[in-house]
Order: sequence, then structure tokens, then C-alpha cells
Amino acid sequence: MAELADFRTPIKPVWCPGCGNFGILAALRGGLADSGLEPHQFMIVSGIGCHGAVIQYINVNGFHSIHGRTLPVATGIRLANHELKVIAISGDGDGYGIGMGHFIHAMRRNLDITYIVHNNKMYSLTTGQTSPTSDKGFSTKSTPFGSIEIAVNPLTLALSSGASFIARGFAGDPPHLRKLITEAITHKGFSLIDVLQPCVTFNKVNTNDFYKERVYKLEDEGYEPVDKAAAYERAVEWNSRVPIGVIYKEDRPTYEDEVVTIQDMPLVKRPVEGVDITRTMEQFM
Amino acid sequence: MEFSWMIGGEAGFGIMASGLTMSKAFARGGLHVFDTVEYPSLIRGGHNSYQVRVSDREVFSHTGYIDLLVALNKETVHLHKDEMAPTGCIVFNGKEDPEDRFDVHADICLFPIPLSEIVQNLGVKSIMQNTAALGATFGLIGYDLTILEELLTEIFQRKGEKIIQSNIKVARAGYDFVMENHPGGTGIIIKPTDNHRRLVINGNEAVGLGALSAGLRFYSAYPMTPASGLLHFLAAEEQNHNLVVKHTEDELAAILMAIGASHAGVRAMTASSGGGFALMTEALGMAAMTETPLVVMVAQRPGPSTGLATRSEQGDLRFVMHASQGDFLRVVMAPGDVSECYWAAGRAFNLAEKYQIPVLIITDKYLTESHKTVEPFEPVTVDRGLLLNLEEMDAVSNYKRYELTESGISPRVMPGHPNIIFDANSNEHNEYGHDLDNPDNRTIMMDKRMNKIESIVKELEEPVIYGPPGADVTLVGWGSTKGPILEAMLLMTENNISVNFLQIIFIHPFPAEKVSDILKSSKFTIGVENNKEAQLGGVIRERTGIELNKKILKYNGRPFTPEEIANRVMEVMIHG
Ligand SMILES: Cc1ncc(C[n+]2csc(CCOP(=O)(O)OP(=O)(O)O)c2C)c(N)n1
Repeated sequence: MAELADFRTPIKPVWCPGCGNFGILAALRGGLADSGLEPHQFMIVSGIGCHGAVIQYINVNGFHSIHGRTLPVATGIRLANHELKVIAISGDGDGYGIGMGHFIHAMRRNLDITYIVHNNKMYSLTTGQTSPTSDKGFSTKSTPFGSIEIAVNPLTLALSSGASFIARGFAGDPPHLRKLITEAITHKGFSLIDVLQPCVTFNKVNTNDFYKERVYKLEDEGYEPVDKAAAYERAVEWNSRVPIGVIYKEDRPTYEDEVVTIQDMPLVKRPVEGVDITRTMEQFM
Repeated sequence: MEFSWMIGGEAGFGIMASGLTMSKAFARGGLHVFDTVEYPSLIRGGHNSYQVRVSDREVFSHTGYIDLLVALNKETVHLHKDEMAPTGCIVFNGKEDPEDRFDVHADICLFPIPLSEIVQNLGVKSIMQNTAALGATFGLIGYDLTILEELLTEIFQRKGEKIIQSNIKVARAGYDFVMENHPGGTGIIIKPTDNHRRLVINGNEAVGLGALSAGLRFYSAYPMTPASGLLHFLAAEEQNHNLVVKHTEDELAAILMAIGASHAGVRAMTASSGGGFALMTEALGMAAMTETPLVVMVAQRPGPSTGLATRSEQGDLRFVMHASQGDFLRVVMAPGDVSECYWAAGRAFNLAEKYQIPVLIITDKYLTESHKTVEPFEPVTVDRGLLLNLEEMDAVSNYKRYELTESGISPRVMPGHPNIIFDANSNEHNEYGHDLDNPDNRTIMMDKRMNKIESIVKELEEPVIYGPPGADVTLVGWGSTKGPILEAMLLMTENNISVNFLQIIFIHPFPAEKVSDILKSSKFTIGVENNKEAQLGGVIRERTGIELNKKILKYNGRPFTPEEIANRVMEVMIHG
């Protein structure tokens, strides 16, 4: 069986010292190792943003795609070969800004994909602009007088869009996030993990201390992630207390389960040569 | 024998179904057919027309004249009376008093047929008037009614015996009415020649069949006229051929899913029209940078923007050739008829996989939605290029996805093999697919990707010349104008004009040497294009330094008719 070390690569991350991405990376490697699968069975699709280079730091198959487009690429890979464990990784600008449409549709479909969003409530790679998850009033280079829009709430959005596993993690607590990641990978269906990630360079509000003071673990309070109404209540909690853990989980058929043509085998295993179209041509006669 | 039939009426009257039935009926009699349909972007109301041209020789386009017009409403007569052949006939729904003979020329014969009464008397739905009109047509041209009965039986098979029988009854009633009241018919008799069976197929379906034969496994698209026909055809074949056909949330997702599926190792394709392709351009570049094979069909319609949603134009050549940022290699091919559509699809998959590049098939509304009779297609020969098989993957160590090779082509694998873990990357990268932005690496990788062009150019089919070498006039064109040009050549030859035709299918990379040779030895060159700016003419000038002598352009949203091309060439020849 694969061990944690098998998921490491010798490449050194380029992130700022103290970046929340380090915690997420450690948790991700651990989560993959704990899932019991081998490195070659995984396919990670990343987007553009600080997280994007992550595929190089983990020894699994990777596809560094483009800004906001991880989910459709992941979907195509998954439908072509559902024997691959597909993980899509984005940032909040990436996934909830430019990629918002894909996000909602991916959840409706409930493909068996794990979606991890590095949510630093900012655009960082482009040097600090407001993001869809920035709070109203948040002031940045692109919103010097404070952002006027209210923030997107990925968790309530996921609840209403049909994600079948919805969780929030915290980059400052890698062991906890590691467990969430394993659980998401093991869950059959679309899993969202929104990860609170301090950006040490640009976000002076949602800092490590900000979260340390507020986050609490749902499981510590005996919360059971089975009831949508209760999940909504926790999902909107953003004050002196901010919940992390699994908010909601349900078993429903995955998209793959219902695609008739991939029941017997993945598409990649079907022969390409020698397809007979004689009968298909008859309809044109 | 040559005959042009048209049915026209409001959208919702069943014009499309009637037209296709007519085409198939002629094809079943061993005759050759070309049909085309015109309709506005409306579901109900608005004028639809469907022209079926039939002949005992192969036909390549529609015509500018009508021998028999079936007018399901008065508007149809008013809209098409100027297209009537000098001794053409019009069937209209009604009794003897075609008030003021619709103002049509005295030589045109009119056949009043009480279509609404016929269906009323039989107690069937008024929508079935079109079937009565088909029966009447058969009577007027003396064509074998059993062919129509056989077709109606097949078409309505799934709806049950009752529906089949009432359709047959209506068709017969139309036929009988003609036999009793207009026994002389149109004077034109069309007889089946033999029962040799050909396909009656349009460009969308031909591309789809070619893709299936090439081993297509994944098709993702978002509906947009005129590419939607391909989505519909493949969706219906999903289970017959074990594909996944995905109607996505938008065109961005359509192309990205296809790229994902292709990266995973299957043959994948997407298609759209210009507006949807505009959304795909971002991902097109990603396919190029990640060296993921990809086939995209772009079915043109008039732009800019939503333009004329249901009409035809060749205005997107430059867009398709240059879409997406950066310098990268792609193949752009423009099939000119349904056989070439089939072949282009097969060729596109082989090229995409061999060179690990995007391949674009550019078609248009006229080509994708017009049917033509063709012989059944031969199977596509599959060439997956340097895609490693299982044993080869077993033997690999230290796999480099973007390994530098002389040809620029790196061996490709399917992700998931225990021996091989690798990264694909849309950022500039090193051989392993890892980010690397140093200047030397950038130059090396750009060259690697671009170097493939040399082998591509060597293997691409050269452009074709139709007609006599050394003719007085050389017409130059691409895509769907092929059909009208071939037909126009016949008309011109009848008028003693010696003409040939240079068709360019692979427009990018451009076959500069061959085209240059041909054009330099041509006496007088005329570009024929369905656009405002002579886009191919511009490409020719750019790549060969040759300016075509004249251009015949049309950009009103309708395809050329052969007569139009012939007349305009003759005008050019006389007036310069
Ligand atoms: C189509 C497109 N638009 C814009 C950009 C520029 N861009 C790169 S990263 C980024 C924002 C990233 O923000 P986020 O996803 O929150 O990740 P972070 O950098 O904060 O980790 C943007 C806008 C791009 N690469 N592509």
C-alpha cells in the first residue's frame, strides 16, 4: 500500500513563506495516502491562481488547466475513465468567480469528483483584488472604497445545488483537513471542501489568528451532517464562531451511475478501431 | 432528366419532414438528389422552404429555379414566383379561383388542390396536409406511389399502425385527387431508374458518421444552429455505439470536457457555430499548450454576433485560423460536400492524435443541413500516432510527457498506468510538464510544438483541380461553394466558356507551393466566396503573394446558386 512519502515530489513549492497553501498541501498528501489508493489511480486537475502549481508537488497524475475551468476538464476525464479518482482544485476567484457556472452544474450532476477550493477570500496571484467571497466593505486594489457586493457563500450554494458532500476545512489545521479530504475522496458523489486559507501577503483581515479565534469543529458538538435545514443554519454562521467539518452529506446516485454506456467498462477501454457503422448508415437510406 | 421541387409554408407545417421524405423517395428510385432548406429563426410562423433537386446524374447543389412548387400558403407563391422555371407548375391549397392567378406569369400552370378539404373529409388532423401534398406531387409527376407508402410506413413505425394507415390514406387521397382532376399532371414524368440504394445525408450527419467510424467515444456540445444537428445525431447513437454524449452548460464546458476526455485517452470532439466557438477559443489554446488532441467542428452562419441564426455564410475562416492567444499549430480543413465531411472527420481524429494538436473542421449551414445522395461510406482507418499501448507503457521509465524529439511529437500515454505518473500543463513547462519560464526553455518548447508543421505539411493532401487544365478561367473556392461551383461549371461549359476549379480543403497549414504553381499557370483567376471580404483570397495573397484577378462574393445569408455563379462569371468575362 502506498505511504505518505509516495505522494511527495522533490519540487519545492513557490508559495510565500507562511502561506496557507502549505497546510493544504500537507493535508492533501495525507488525505490521498489515507484513502488507500495508489498514486497512479489519482488525477488532480488544478486551475490558475496560487494553488495552481500544486500538481507538481504531489506525486499523482496532474493536469494544470486554466482559470476557472478545472471542473469541466475533471468531468471529461472522469467520464472517459471513471476508474481514475478525480480531484479538482481551485482558488476562490478561480472556482467561485470565473468558474461559478461550472461549479453549480457540476454539483447538479453529482459526478464522483472531489473539489477542493483554496478560499483566501482574495485574488492573490494577481496581487490582491477582491474576490467573490470577500465580505462586503472589503477594501483592496480593485475596490479601494470597499466592495459593494455581499459575499458568495459556497456552502449554502452547494446545499441548494445538489452537492452530496459539503465540508469546510481550515488550512491552519492540517490534521483535521486531512481527514475531511479522505472522507470526501471516499464519498461517492460530488464533494466540496471549501478551505479557509489565510493569505499572509494580501489579506490582513482573515488572518490565521482571525480564524484560530473563531473556528470550531462541528463534530465536537455532536453535529450530524444529515439534515439540510440544520446544515443551512451552520452554513450561514459567520460571526464570532465559524464552523469547520462536514456540513452535509447524502447518498444519491452519481452521474456515472446513470450513464448507461459506461456501466460495463470505462470509455478508454473500448476499442477505437473496427467500429462498424453499416447499420447506422441504414437510417439514411 | 432534371427536376426541381419545392415545398413552402409556415414553420410548423411539416415542411422539413415532407422535404426529406421527397428526397428519400427519389433516392429509393435510384435517382440522385440534393436538397436544401431555408427557414427563419422562429418555431411557429415565418416562412420555411425546402427544395429537392433530382436528377439521373449526380447533383452537387440546389438550383435557382423551381419546376414544381407546392405552396401550403399564399405567401409561398408570392415569395417564390420569381424563381419559377419558365414552364413551372404551382400546387396550391384551394379551389379553382386563384384570385388574379397570384400574379404569376401566364406560362406557369396552376394546380388547385383542396388540401384542407381532403384532410377534413378523412377526419384527420390538418397538419397532415403536407402528406396530401406529397401524394399530389407523386400524381403530378407520375412517380410510383408505393415508394411513398413504404416510406410513410417506416417513418411512422414507432407511432403505430393507426398513424401509418391514416398517413397512407391521406397521401392516396392527394394522389387520387390529381388523377381525377389533373390527369395530365405536370407533363413531367419521373421514373425510378433502378433500386440502387444510396444514403441521403447532410453534412452534420456525415461528420458524425465519420467520427463514429473513427472511434469517437466522447462528444460534448451546447446547442447552436447549424451545429446542433450533429449533437442530435450523436445523442441518438449514444447507446448504439457506446459513446458519452453530453449536452453541457455552455460551450466553454463543451470544449473543456472534450479536452479532459481526450487527455484521459479517448477520441473526443465538440462542435458549435461561431458564437459558441468564440467561447471555446480560450480552451483551444489550452489544448495546444497541453498538446491534447482535439477535434472541433465550426459550422458557420452569418455574424457578427448572433447574426442570422439560420442562414449560411463563410465569414469565420480568419477567426478559426487565428482563434486564441499566442502562436500555436493547428490544422484547419474545409470539406466541400458530404463525402468530404465524412472523410474530414476521420482524417481530423488521426491528425489530432498523430500530432497532438487541435484540428478544426470548418463547415457552414448550407453544408451541414443540406442532404445529398452518396454511396455508403467506407470505414475510416484509425491512426493514433505515438499513443503507447499497454506493453509499451509497462516498459517505460522516467516518462516525460513533453519529451523533446526531432519531430516535436512526444509519446503519449493514458493516465492511470502504475508505471507512469505525469503532468500536463497549460503554463509553459519543461519536458516533465512542470512550470518553467526561463527564456531558453520557452524557445525550445515553442520550437518543439511548432516543428510538427513540417511533417504535417508533408502528409496533407494537396488541393484539387476540377475541370480541364489550362482553362480560360480558374475559379478558386473552399467549403460549401464547391457544389454550386461544380454545377456552374456545367452551365458555363454549355455556353462554351472553358473553366476549371481549384478547391482548397486544407487551408491551414496553407499549401502555398501547390496553390502558387496552379495560380501562376492559370490564365484568369476568380475567387468565389460566401463572405464580404474574400477571406480565402486574403490568405492566398498572404501566403503566395498572388492577388486573384476577380472576386465573386455573396453575403446576404444565402448560398450561391449555380446560375448565379455562371452569370456572374460570364459578366466578369464580358465586362471585366
Ligand atoms: C481568463 C483569465 N482571467 C484572468 C486571469 C488572471 N488571474 C490569474 S490568477 C487570478 C486570480 C486567482 O485568484 P484565486 O483563484 O482566488 O487564487 P489565489 O491566487 O488567491 O490563490 C486571476 C484573475 C487568468 N489567468 N485567466
